[in-house]
Amino acid sequence: MEFGYYPGCSLSGTAKEFDKSLKAVLKVLDVNLLEIQNWSCCGASSAHVTNHLLSVALPVRNIIEAKKQGLNEIVAPCAACYNRLVSAQHEMKLDEKLRTKIEDLVEEKYQGSAEVYNLIQLFQKTGLEEIKSKKKADLSDIKVACYYGCLLVRPHSLANFDDAEDPVSMEEIVTATGAKPLDWNFKTECCGAAHSIAHKDIVLKLSKNILDDAIRNGADVIVTACPMCHSNLDMRQWSIVRSDKDFKSIPVLYLSQLIGLALGLNKKELGIDLHFISVDPVLAKVKEEAVA
Amino acid sequence: MKIGVFICYCGENIGRTVDCAKVAEVCATLSGVVHSEAYKYMCSDPGQNLIKQAIKEKNLDAVVVGSCSPHMHEKTFRKAVSSAGINPFMVEIANLREHCSWIHDDIPSATHKAIDLIRIAVEKVKFNEPLTTIRVPVTKRALVIGGGISGIQSALDIANAGFEVVLVEKEPSIGGHMSQLSETFPTLDCSQCILTPRMVEVYQHPKIKLYSFSEIENVQGFVGNFKVTIKKKARYIKDEVCTGCGLCVQKCPIKKNALNEFEEGLATRPAVYVPFPQAVPNIPVIDSTICTYFKTGKCQMCKKVCGRDAIDFEQKDQLITVDVGAIIAATGYKLYTIDKKPDNSIYKGYGEYGYGKYKNVVNGLQFERIASASGPTSGEILRPSDHKEPKKIVFIQCVGSRDESKGFSYCSKICCMYTAKHAMLYKHKVHDGEAYVFYMDIRSGGKMYEEFVRRAIEEDGVKYIRGRVSKIYEENGKLIVKGEDTIAGMKVEIDADMVVLATAMIAQQEAPRLSQLLGIPYDKHGYMQEVHPKLRPVETASAGVFLAGACHSPRDIPESVAMASAAAAKSLVLFGSDVLEREPVVAKVNETNCAGCFYCQKVCAYNAIETKEVRDKMGNLIKTIAYVNSGLCQGCGTCNAVCPSKSVELIGFKDDQLFAEINALSDFYYQ
Repeated sequence: MEFGYYPGCSLSGTAKEFDKSLKAVLKVLDVNLLEIQNWSCCGASSAHVTNHLLSVALPVRNIIEAKKQGLNEIVAPCAACYNRLVSAQHEMKLDEKLRTKIEDLVEEKYQGSAEVYNLIQLFQKTGLEEIKSKKKADLSDIKVACYYGCLLVRPHSLANFDDAEDPVSMEEIVTATGAKPLDWNFKTECCGAAHSIAHKDIVLKLSKNILDDAIRNGADVIVTACPMCHSNLDMRQWSIVRSDKDFKSIPVLYLSQLIGLALGLNKKELGIDLHFISVDPVLAKVKEEAVA
Repeated sequence: MKIGVFICYCGENIGRTVDCAKVAEVCATLSGVVHSEAYKYMCSDPGQNLIKQAIKEKNLDAVVVGSCSPHMHEKTFRKAVSSAGINPFMVEIANLREHCSWIHDDIPSATHKAIDLIRIAVEKVKFNEPLTTIRVPVTKRALVIGGGISGIQSALDIANAGFEVVLVEKEPSIGGHMSQLSETFPTLDCSQCILTPRMVEVYQHPKIKLYSFSEIENVQGFVGNFKVTIKKKARYIKDEVCTGCGLCVQKCPIKKNALNEFEEGLATRPAVYVPFPQAVPNIPVIDSTICTYFKTGKCQMCKKVCGRDAIDFEQKDQLITVDVGAIIAATGYKLYTIDKKPDNSIYKGYGEYGYGKYKNVVNGLQFERIASASGPTSGEILRPSDHKEPKKIVFIQCVGSRDESKGFSYCSKICCMYTAKHAMLYKHKVHDGEAYVFYMDIRSGGKMYEEFVRRAIEEDGVKYIRGRVSKIYEENGKLIVKGEDTIAGMKVEIDADMVVLATAMIAQQEAPRLSQLLGIPYDKHGYMQEVHPKLRPVETASAGVFLAGACHSPRDIPESVAMASAAAAKSLVLFGSDVLEREPVVAKVNETNCAGCFYCQKVCAYNAIETKEVRDKMGNLIKTIAYVNSGLCQGCGTCNAVCPSKSVELIGFKDDQLFAEINALSDFYYQ
C-alpha cells in the first residue's frame, strides 16, 4: 500500500516523535509513504482566523503539488492539517468564484480534490486485522483513554467517518493493539489548542480537566492523534504540578506509538524517549506476547 | 369539430408573465378553433358562464382551457361544459400556471410557450371521445390500522354512524402511547382516566371488530373495494375462552426475564403478561421468546392453573381476510432511540448525553411512567438508579428534533409542552426540588398552551435556560450537565440527580412497508404523506385511504383526535353512496389484435390485468387474451407502453391523441 504524505510543520519539528513512530509502524505494516515534494505550511492555527483566502490557498497549493506528483491519497497525521486540507477542498468544490480566485493566487489550475486521511482513517485503510496479526507484545494490562480533541472528527459533515460527539473509531484501533480502551467523559473536549502560546492559563485549566478525568477513570495513558493536543497535554503537566501539588501526572502517547509498542518496536524507534512525562510506567506494563 | 379556447389570467398568477390577450388572439387563428377569449378568473362563476355561453352560441364540440394545473380545476371546467350539454371529457386543460407563468420570467418567451401549450391541447382535443364515468359498488365497512387514541376515535366515529369497523392493533392491547402518559397538558387531566372509557367503548361496540396483537399482511383492491389480509399473531391463549382472571400471570415462574414494554423498560414482566391492568382486551399474551415451555418443553404452569383451559401452546398465526371500503392509517409514532447504535437509521445517536449508559438519564415516555400513579414508582418521583428522590432535575428539549447534525430537520412539536408539564409535575411532587429546562425556542401554539408554559415558569418556578447541552457525564454520583446559556452568554454546568431527554418523535419502523402496501407516499422520515397539505390533509394519493394522527407528522392528542374524526368523516362520505364514480381513464384491450402474450400482466403494478377466453359461436376456445379490470386499473399506461402489438390503449391518452400533441409541438407555427 502506498500513500502520499503531508507531514506539516509539527511532524517535522515539535512532533518529530509522531513522524518517527508513524514511519516505523507503517514500515512494519508494509505501507509506503511518499512525502509530497515541495510541501508548504497548511495555514492551520492562524490563517483561518486572519485571512480566509489564505486559509484556502495554502492547503490547496499542497493538494495541487500532490496531484502533480500523482498522489491521489494523502495522509495528514496532524489533526489541524487534516482539518484544513479537507475544509479547503470542500470550499473549492462548493464555490466556483473562490476557485477562480485561488487559482489566480497560486498560479496553478486546481485539478480536483484528493482523498485526505487522518491517522484513524489511515489505520482503518491499512486494516485492523493487519495490526492484530503482526502483534508482538501484549498490551492487555494498559488502560487507555482515547482522546480525539476537537478537530479529528469535526466538522461532522466533512469528517463523517465517526460520530462527532461520541466517537469510537480510535477505541477500535486501540482494541486491535490489545490494550484496553476506557469509557471516559472528555474524549472530544477542547485542550485549549493554540491558546497555548498567548493564553497559557486557559490551556492549563482546560488540559487539567481532561487529564483529571482520564486519571479519575483509571487510565494508565492518554492516546491522541494530534500534535497540538499532545503538546498541551504532555508539556503542560509540569506547570500543572507546580500549581497543584496533588496532581499525579499521566503519560501521553501518540496512537502510532501505542501501535508501535504492540508491534514490538522499542522506545527509541518510536521516539517515546522524547516526551516530557515519562512513559516508563506504561512500558513496564508491556508484556511479551505469549506464544500460542 | 368546433373548438373553444379560454385563457385564464388567474389574477396576476398567469397574467404577470403571459400576455393572455395575445395568446387568445393567436389561438383564435388555429385550425378548428371558432372561439377564443381571455378572462381574469375563468374558474369563477362569470368565467364559467363565458364558457357555457360560447358553447351555446357557437355550438362548440370541445373546449380547451388555458389555466392552472388540471389538479386544481379540471373538475370545475368539466362540470361547466357538462351543464352546457357537452360531454365532460371533451375538455382539455393546458397548464399555463405551474408549467409556464410561475416558472418563467421573460414575458415574450413565456407567451410563446403558452401558445404552444394551447396548440398542443387543441390538437389533442380533436381526438377526444365522449366518455362515461365508471361506477363501482362500495363496501360500507372501514378498516382502522392502529389502536391508539387516533384509531380509537376514528373507529368510534364510524361505528357510531352505524357502519362496521375492523380495528387492527399490533400490540396486545389498544390504547397506544396515550395509555402510558401520566397527565395531559394543558389541563393536567389524568390520561388513563379519559382514555380507558373509550377503550372499553371500542371493545363493547357491536359495530367494531377488534383484532389486537395483529398486523396487516396484505392490501389489495381499490377505493370502496379493498381486500385486506390481517395476520392475527399467536397469543397462545384462546381469546374466546379466556376470562382475563390473571391467574396465569400471577403463577408464571418466569418473573423478571423481560423488560416491561409498557413501563418503557423501567420494570420487568413475566413470560405470560397483560401489558397493563386496564388493557383492552384483558387477555394475556405468552412471550414465546422467554417462556420456559417454548425453550425446554417443560413447565406449563399457566396451563395447569387455568380454570378455563385457555392456554394453547400449539396456536399458530392466523390469516384473516376482510372486505372494506375505506382504510384509515393511524399507526402513530415511536420515540427516537438515543443510545449509541441506531439500527440502520438515517439518524445518528446521542452518545454524548449518556442515555443507556447512565440509569438516571431517561427519555420523556420513561418520565411519564415515573410520574404516573400506575407506574413503577406509583407516581412518586424516584430516580431509576437507587430509587431516591432527585433534588435537582434537568430537562433537555429538542433531543434530535431540529438537529440537522443528527439527521432531523423537523420539530417534534409536542416536547415544549410535555417538558413544561414534566417540570410542573416534578415541582408539584418535590417541593424543595430544582427543575431546569434547556430549550432552543418555546413553541407553545395552541389553546391555553402558552399560559401553561408561563405557569410552569412563573408559578412553579421552573428555571428555563435558552441553550443547548453539549455533554452529560457522571462524576461522584452526579450527572454533570454541561451547556450554554445563550441569553446570558455564559457556560452552564449543573450537577443534576436526574436528566430527562425530550427525544424526537419518529415514524414507526414498519410505516414505510405499510405505506407501500397501501400505495401511498411517505417522506424520508417515514411519515405518511397527505395528498394536499392544506386542503386535503387527511386524504392520500390512494383514494379511500385516509390518515389520522402521528403517522402523518408529530402531533399532540387534541390534533390527533381532530384528524381522526376528519378521517372518519371522509370514510363516511364514501359510505354515503352505494356506488362510486371513477374517471374512465383506464386501459382497454383491443380484443381482435391481442395475441395473449401477457407482457402487460407482468408489468402491471396494480394486478389489474386478468385473462379472458374468446370463443367462437360453437363455444370452441379461439384464444386467451388480456382483460383490464377497470376497478383496479389506475391508468398509469405501463401496459400500453410494453404491448408489442399495440393492443392496449389508455382511454383519454390514446396513441393518436399523444401523437397529435407531439406533432403539434413540432409544427413550426409561430415566430
